[in-house]
Parts: sequence; structure tokens; C-alpha cells
Amino acid sequence: MSKALQQKLTARFGARILAATSQHGDEAVVVAPADWREVHLFLRDDPSSQMQMLIDLCGVDYPDREPRFEVVTHLYSLTKKHRLRVKTAVGDADGDDAVVDSLLSVWRSADWMEREAFDMFGVRFAGHPDLRRILTYPEFEGHPLRKDYPAARTQPLVPYREGAGVQGKLAPFGADEGMPFGRQTHGAPGSPEVN
Amino acid sequence: MGDLTRTHVVEGSEQGFATTRFQDLLGWARKYSLFQYPFVTACCGMEFMSFASPRFDMARFGAEAPRFSPRQADLLWVVGTISQRQAPVLRRVWEQMTEPKWVLAFGTCASCGGFYDNYATVAGIDKIIPVDVYVPGCPPRPEAVIDGLLLLQDKIATGDRTPGIIKPRVDPKQGQLVTLRTPADLEESHAALEAKVKRLGG
Repeated sequence: MSKALQQKLTARFGARILAATSQHGDEAVVVAPADWREVHLFLRDDPSSQMQMLIDLCGVDYPDREPRFEVVTHLYSLTKKHRLRVKTAVGDADGDDAVVDSLLSVWRSADWMEREAFDMFGVRFAGHPDLRRILTYPEFEGHPLRKDYPAARTQPLVPYREGAGVQGKLAPFGADEGMPFGRQTHGAPGSPEVN
Repeated sequence: MGDLTRTHVVEGSEQGFATTRFQDLLGWARKYSLFQYPFVTACCGMEFMSFASPRFDMARFGAEAPRFSPRQADLLWVVGTISQRQAPVLRRVWEQMTEPKWVLAFGTCASCGGFYDNYATVAGIDKIIPVDVYVPGCPPRPEAVIDGLLLLQDKIATGDRTPGIIKPRVDPKQGQLVTLRTPADLEESHAALEAKVKRLGG
């Protein structure tokens, strides 16, 4: 659907478009972090592109790759009704130096999305005026969606009652006994019919 | 409360007996006068609304008035997932409630975190505040919530502060979980509930 757009980009930027792929009707291009803002500005303003809407901006962690993180945007044109995905790769193996230009000056809606990508992955956006955590809390250490963040690690703001519990009250059931009133017996042999 | 009971019964000759009776009276009065603070954070809230509204009618149990200030409430309904970020708020709301106070964990997330086993979620509010009754379910069926409220009323009446859990119903005929009811079943369980209310109240 956006093949023409990919060709247009390749004609305009040449070798600076590192890759152009198409899978299941979804077109994507890969650019270098240095070209990040310029390519998006072109996609927004070019008459054949007219990407007025930044659908999503997110990070992806590929721990085996170098650079380690991908930053991905999903763009949509309200007038042309076409979509494009733009990717770039940033960050070394430790997750440092993950810096890419902010798109806040291109689309205002990039504000919270970039804060989320920063919060979850530690990707920094140069030029973002207020790059704070948005989903976790300021006391949170690390970035929870990195693959090396321990899956079981929590960072409670309130000390847990375990051990010194008030009146010794703890749950009188095991971890596997959570959902006795769930609807899992729907249609099971012997269960009453649904009305 | 302890001081009040003592001053009232010291005049009498049978102190222990009088104290017990007074506590019974107090428990009976309290259990039909629950002012609740609904701490609703997630999808279980829809089930709570249906329980509070006329179809399942929480008002039958003397618990119809929600208070949106914890200082005026004595029953805290924790309805839904509690994230780590929200935990200090929940803790503070609980601390602001006046004694005596009770906590009901509504749904699997509030009871034990449910399937949210991750960095963001508190795996059960009992890690933060003491819980009197757990009502598991995702979301719990209204019958389970009614069971939970009646169990809490029992506990209030008897002064029992140990935690209780609403277990799945077992059909005595088949020995299987009964999770879906026919209208006849519902009428039967309503009749049983009303009988229980009458017994406990009378």
C-alpha cells in the first residue's frame, strides 16, 4: 500500500534509508538515528506523504543485537489513508548511549509516547523538554521492559507487611487458588446449561 | 470501645455476662450499618456497581451508603488491581479510616494480584493492609460478593478478626463446582440468604 512512499523516500534520501521492507501489507523503513527527525519531518510535510498522525512511538529491546534498542514509529495519513512504520536502532549492549532526536517538534503527541519509551527502556530523546518517567514512579530504579530487568523484581513504595504483619493476617489461600468463581467450567460435562 | 463497655457494666453484679451481651448488641448494630468506601480501580468495579444497584441490592444488608471520605467509612472495598504506584494511596486511605474498620478484597487482583505477576502490581493488598474477607473471582459473581458480605457480617457480629475467604460452591449432588445458576437456583439461594439474614438478625 505504501510501496510508492518507500520508493519516494529512497529517491529522496538514497542510501540513508538503510532498509525498506514489506510484510503482510505493512511497509517499514529503517533509518539511522541521525536522520530520525529529518525523515519524519519529510513524511509529515511532503504532499505525497502527508502523515498528519503519529499513531504510536515505542521502544523494543533486542538484547542480542548491537545497537540494542529499536525505536519504532507508526504513522498514518488522514488524507491519503496510508500507513508507514519507521525504525531506528540505538544503544550499546549495556543500554547506554541510547539517544535519538525527539519528535516533539514534529508531532505534539510524541510527548507522552517518548516519556513512556524512556521510562520502559531508558531510551533518551534529545530535545524533549520534560523527559520524566510517566508510568512508573520517580523512585523506580532501572527500566522494566528491558529484557535484563528481573521478571520477579518489584520495587514497593510501601513496605510489605510480611513477617511483621498486623495481627498476623495473611491470605488464607495458596497462589493457585485465585479464581474459584471464574467461568472456566462453561460447557464442561455436567455443568448446568447457560441461560 | 473497651472503655465504654466497662464503664457501663461495672455497676452490675455479673460483669462478664453483661460485657458479652453488650458486645453482641454492638456487633449486631454494627453489622447492619456498614458505611463503605469503595476503592475502585479496575474492571471489578462494574461488578461492584451491579452488586450495589437494585438487581443484587447491597442495601438489603444494611450497607447501601457509600462514603467518599475514608473518615466517615468503616468498610473499605478494594475493588480491582492495585499498582505499586497506588499502594501509598491505599495505605493512607486505610489509615484515615476510623476504628473499628474492616477491609474486603474484591476479586482476584485485590486478593492475590491475579495474573499480574510483574514489576507494576502489588500481589495482593494484604501485603499492605490487613484484609478481613477475600472474595476471589475474575470478577467474582454477585453470589460470591453477597457471601463475602454475609461472612463479614458474621465476623463483625462475633468479633472475629481472622481473615476469611469465599470458597467455591460445591454442588452436593454432583460434587462439582457450581458456577452457573438457573433462575430456580437463584431463588433458592436468595431464600437461603434471607433465612440466614433473619437468623443472624433475629
